[in-house]
Amino acid sequence: MEEKDMICIVCPLGCKLKVTKSDISQTGYAVEGNKCFRGVDYGIKEMTNPTRALTTTVVISDASVKRLPVRTSGTIPKPLIKQAMVLINKVEVKAPIKVGEVIIKNILDTGVDIIASRSMCQNSEHEDLLKACFLQG
Amino acid sequence: MLQYDIVVIGGGPAGLAAAIEARKNGVKKILIIERDRELGGILQQCIHNGFGLHIFKEELTGPEYAERFIKELITMDIEYKLDTMVLEVSDSKVITAMNATDGILHIQAKAIILAMGCRERTRGAIRIPGTRPAGVMAAGTAQRFVNIEGDMIGKRIVILGSGDIGLIMARRLTLEGADVLAVAELMSYSGGLTRNIVQCLEDFNIPLYLNHTVVNIEGHDRVEAVTIAQVDEKYKPIKGTEKRFECDTLLLSVGLIPENELSKSAGIALDNVTGGPIVNESMETSVEGIFACGNVVHVHDLVDWVTEESRRAGSSAAKYIKGQIQSNCKTIKLKGINGVRYVVPHQIRLDNIEQTVELMMRVDNIYKDIKFVIKSNGEVIKEVKRKHVAPGEMETIKLDLSKFTPGDCDEMYIEIVEKEA
Ligand SMILES: Cc1cc2nc3c(=O)[nH]c(=O)nc-3n(C[C@H](O)[C@H](O)[C@H](O)COP(=O)(O)OP(=O)(O)OC[C@H]3O[C@@H](n4cnc5c(N)ncnc54)[C@H](O)[C@@H]3O)c2cc1C
Ligand code: SF4
Repeated sequence: MEEKDMICIVCPLGCKLKVTKSDISQTGYAVEGNKCFRGVDYGIKEMTNPTRALTTTVVISDASVKRLPVRTSGTIPKPLIKQAMVLINKVEVKAPIKVGEVIIKNILDTGVDIIASRSMCQNSEHEDLLKACFLQG
Repeated sequence: MLQYDIVVIGGGPAGLAAAIEARKNGVKKILIIERDRELGGILQQCIHNGFGLHIFKEELTGPEYAERFIKELITMDIEYKLDTMVLEVSDSKVITAMNATDGILHIQAKAIILAMGCRERTRGAIRIPGTRPAGVMAAGTAQRFVNIEGDMIGKRIVILGSGDIGLIMARRLTLEGADVLAVAELMSYSGGLTRNIVQCLEDFNIPLYLNHTVVNIEGHDRVEAVTIAQVDEKYKPIKGTEKRFECDTLLLSVGLIPENELSKSAGIALDNVTGGPIVNESMETSVEGIFACGNVVHVHDLVDWVTEESRRAGSSAAKYIKGQIQSNCKTIKLKGINGVRYVVPHQIRLDNIEQTVELMMRVDNIYKDIKFVIKSNGEVIKEVKRKHVAPGEMETIKLDLSKFTPGDCDEMYIEIVEKEA
């Protein structure tokens, strides 16, 4: 029988869940050990389609630092994380970049974009430029 | 000598929030001094998400969280100096700072807000035996190398310490192609959040060894192997439990210490438990007109609490300049006992409290189904139930003092009471 022990991470209590495949249950799975209903949803999602947010960096040129932090605009299926990293690591961008700018659209057909998680201005000693960069938009 | 109303030392989330709040309360001449090349503090290297759930009701990454405050600061036209290091603060509120363009600067402030954050404990602080090769590094330093400078720090890695920084680096380095062989933790529980254990270790099959420590480091020029062993109740390694990992890097994630060299130079009284200044309800230190907030006061796990605390410091500093703070009034000391390691603030001057004070505290162990009991003069004034508390998670309690009559009491105690079995 398909079953899995896991820790619920929805709240800090961290209940120890046991999720078992069950034909009697409407959802197809029985969850034990949860102290609240959110644990049930989490347990079933972890069994059927676990997803995660991914945060990493891409190479950036013309900026004061060498890496631009990026993140997924939503969550993507856990098994795709490795593949996503391979694609992200191929990307190089150039400053200026604005926070939220799309770096890779619809990564691996997930409907989720890779977006910049900060603004980065062009490499410049001028503080005015820096301010302008932050204030645009 | 330069003159400012408020000088904020440190441009991390604490300094930013304090400066913004002071401006909102009408203070004109504010200066932030930051030694790094940009504002944002440690958040710029914390590229993972989970920030801002309390303040913005969204999950942001560290840089995103910082950027919201930096934007607000710039819109308000608050002055800041980057690449500038503060060397000394005097009790008469004169600041000595230095940078490459101005040379040495002397600044007289009416009020100062200390927001220097914290630093990481190093190998020297925990006395690990073995040789001293390259490749032993604090986890936060590694985070900066990888996430900002774009330098990979090793290929086969062992991590000592399972606090959130260690856990997050285990995932981060795995994503960047390294093999994280093990995370060793001295205690019987992890100091990190459960979600980080699951998402950073279990997701990537990285083993966590609780009750373990590093007993040997090998290598001449570079780390070649690290040996860990199980420890007994007295944290002494148990013979025969050694595990040796061939690796090139050992990351240490063994705690943070508030950065208080400057506080000492100003003669500010420090708390032995937190390592930070003793502060009152206004986040004012023992030196009048010098305030402190963020990790310089006590190490926070969530930046949201840093922001709240720093807003209080900013608005109080503004009040101080306007002469609206009462200093000669009834003061109550707060003390944590029976499981509560410390409470911030340490003192409350009742006349400065509008209604409630936010108490921040840490416990000394994992407890389930307990209540926090706050007592003054032996009388219970508040009880708060908690299903789960842990040393890694800061607790906050809002205490309503509007109906509180202190009588002749001058101390309040906060303790943990466990549910009777
Ligand atoms: C490595 C690390 C990782 C962390 N990860 C997380 C996390 O994932 N999530 C989370 O919520 N919290 C995290 N924290 C906790 C984090 O410290 C707080 O959330 C928050 O960043 C603290 O803000 P702060 O402004 O007090 O300190 P900091 O962000 O450290 O800012 C202090 C600033 O003061 C400057 N400074 C210090 N001394 C001087 C001087 N003499 N002159 C001029 N400038 C000076 C420093 O350069 C720095 O920019 C982490 C902390 C560390 C150290
Ligand atoms: S099951 Fe409910 S109570 Fe238990 S950890 Fe999950 S969310 Fe929290």
